[in-house]
Amino acid sequence: MKWKRSRWLELALVVVVLTLVGILVNNLAVNLIRTGLGLSFEWLWQPAGFALSEHTLPYQPGDSTAWALLVSWLNSLRVIACSIVLATVLGVGAGAARRSLNPLLRQLAGLYVGLIRQIPLLLQLLFWYFVAFLGLPSQPFAPIGTLISLSNQGVGILGLNLSVEFSAVLVGLSVFTGAAIAEVVRGGLDSVPRGQWEAFRSLGINEGLGLRRVVLPQALPAILPALSSQYLNLAKNSTLAIAVGYADLYAVSDTAITQTGRAIEGFLILLLSFLALNLLINGGMQVLNRIVVHPAQRT
Amino acid sequence: MTIAVRAESITKTFNGTQKALDQVNLSVNHGEVLVVMGPSGSGKSTLIRTFNGLEAIDAGQLEIVGIPLDTDQDERQIRRIRRRVGMVFQQFNLFPHLSILDNITLAPIRVKKVSKANAEQRAHGLLAQMGIADQAMKYPAELSGGQQQRVAIARALAMDPELMLFDEPTSALDPERVKEVLDAMRRLAADGMTMIVVTHELGFAREVADRVLFMDAGRVVELTDSTTFFTQAKEERSRRFLNQMAH
Repeated sequence: MKWKRSRWLELALVVVVLTLVGILVNNLAVNLIRTGLGLSFEWLWQPAGFALSEHTLPYQPGDSTAWALLVSWLNSLRVIACSIVLATVLGVGAGAARRSLNPLLRQLAGLYVGLIRQIPLLLQLLFWYFVAFLGLPSQPFAPIGTLISLSNQGVGILGLNLSVEFSAVLVGLSVFTGAAIAEVVRGGLDSVPRGQWEAFRSLGINEGLGLRRVVLPQALPAILPALSSQYLNLAKNSTLAIAVGYADLYAVSDTAITQTGRAIEGFLILLLSFLALNLLINGGMQVLNRIVVHPAQRT
Repeated sequence: MTIAVRAESITKTFNGTQKALDQVNLSVNHGEVLVVMGPSGSGKSTLIRTFNGLEAIDAGQLEIVGIPLDTDQDERQIRRIRRRVGMVFQQFNLFPHLSILDNITLAPIRVKKVSKANAEQRAHGLLAQMGIADQAMKYPAELSGGQQQRVAIARALAMDPELMLFDEPTSALDPERVKEVLDAMRRLAADGMTMIVVTHELGFAREVADRVLFMDAGRVVELTDSTTFFTQAKEERSRRFLNQMAH
């Protein structure tokens, strides 16, 4: 049996990687033994002892730390899912507006994308929390009918009550990721040949309909892969929620780690949780890709 | 006889200096077939693209099927014109993700609000007229170039246009596919359709055109009936062009 050179290189690489992982694990074990800690997950079943500012499932400080982590993971999921929807709406709108025939719309969208992409996300989150939401009056007021009520105690939308922390993270992540998605969408639209725009315009089809029925379906193969990496970024960026005190998985894990001193176990759980979450998003996007990208366009 | 196109000293400049159209005057009657010829870069494509607002003119006056098309274009005004003016492109520009049937019925259903059943019936009729009745459920990529171009013609005709613009409709085709497209255009002309055709096909021009417009460097060199153009062109530039085309 003769192996090609590339096979030997592959094997060499595997050996190197395994060796490095081995060194790492050995290092970890030696140090854990030296400090007398050892790896243990027992603390997960001890009472957490701390309160969570918001929870979708029933939770009390007397519940286990594992339960606290699960509840906070759901908090993360909730803000990530809502942000993905809002960021997509914002991004597709702004991306399409950048190719609008209306110069005002084009400039506004350009300003949004240009401005938001220049400012660090952490600063934006702090702005939304401390300036925008905490700056609201303490008495609720309704700017558009009874649909939305705003105050520095929380935001009400259609009878749903959102905390100020959740709102700040939601808006911050959505506005930030929306600007990135706008660029993805614009690039996708530009990948569709000029002739397609001219063809629908020549038939008297207006820009909105032409975008929906002619251009966007053809732009999707170019948009979707970049879009899913923006969703993954959004999920990872949600850990910055700790800065405004939103009880997301990272913030709560941080608290648990501080209280128990179980940093390695805590980070392992964090890593695996985010890995699971992002595999979920990635899988979802692959299914979407298979559904919406037309067979005639697949390469 | 009513007038389909009236252009008065229209001018179009690219990049601030290069004149694509220089003081072009033209009047085309309903029912007329006008062939536009000229060397590449002479402004023929630009000219017919101004007729449905794909290019804006910088100066002059333009009136298409009775609707003025000013230098500052109003989108709604342009769409009124486009609903009544069909256009066929060199590269077909069919919508690759839609079936042949959907390519043809999209605009009638969404723009003219024709019922789906009526639009599909009309589409099948047009495909039969184009000699490709059996292709309705296929996708553009499954058709030959000549078939695709005939679908493009059917798609434009489905809006019942008063004027058809053809921008080098056979230039992207294999030589053996040119005839089937030209034949479809001949039948269209015989039915009395008003047509403005940018083409290098001398045979088609000689046989089908009522008049020939010869352009060079954005200017009208000669505008005359086709017999005169092919037998005794007045301008030296036209004669030289015809001479080169014949070889």
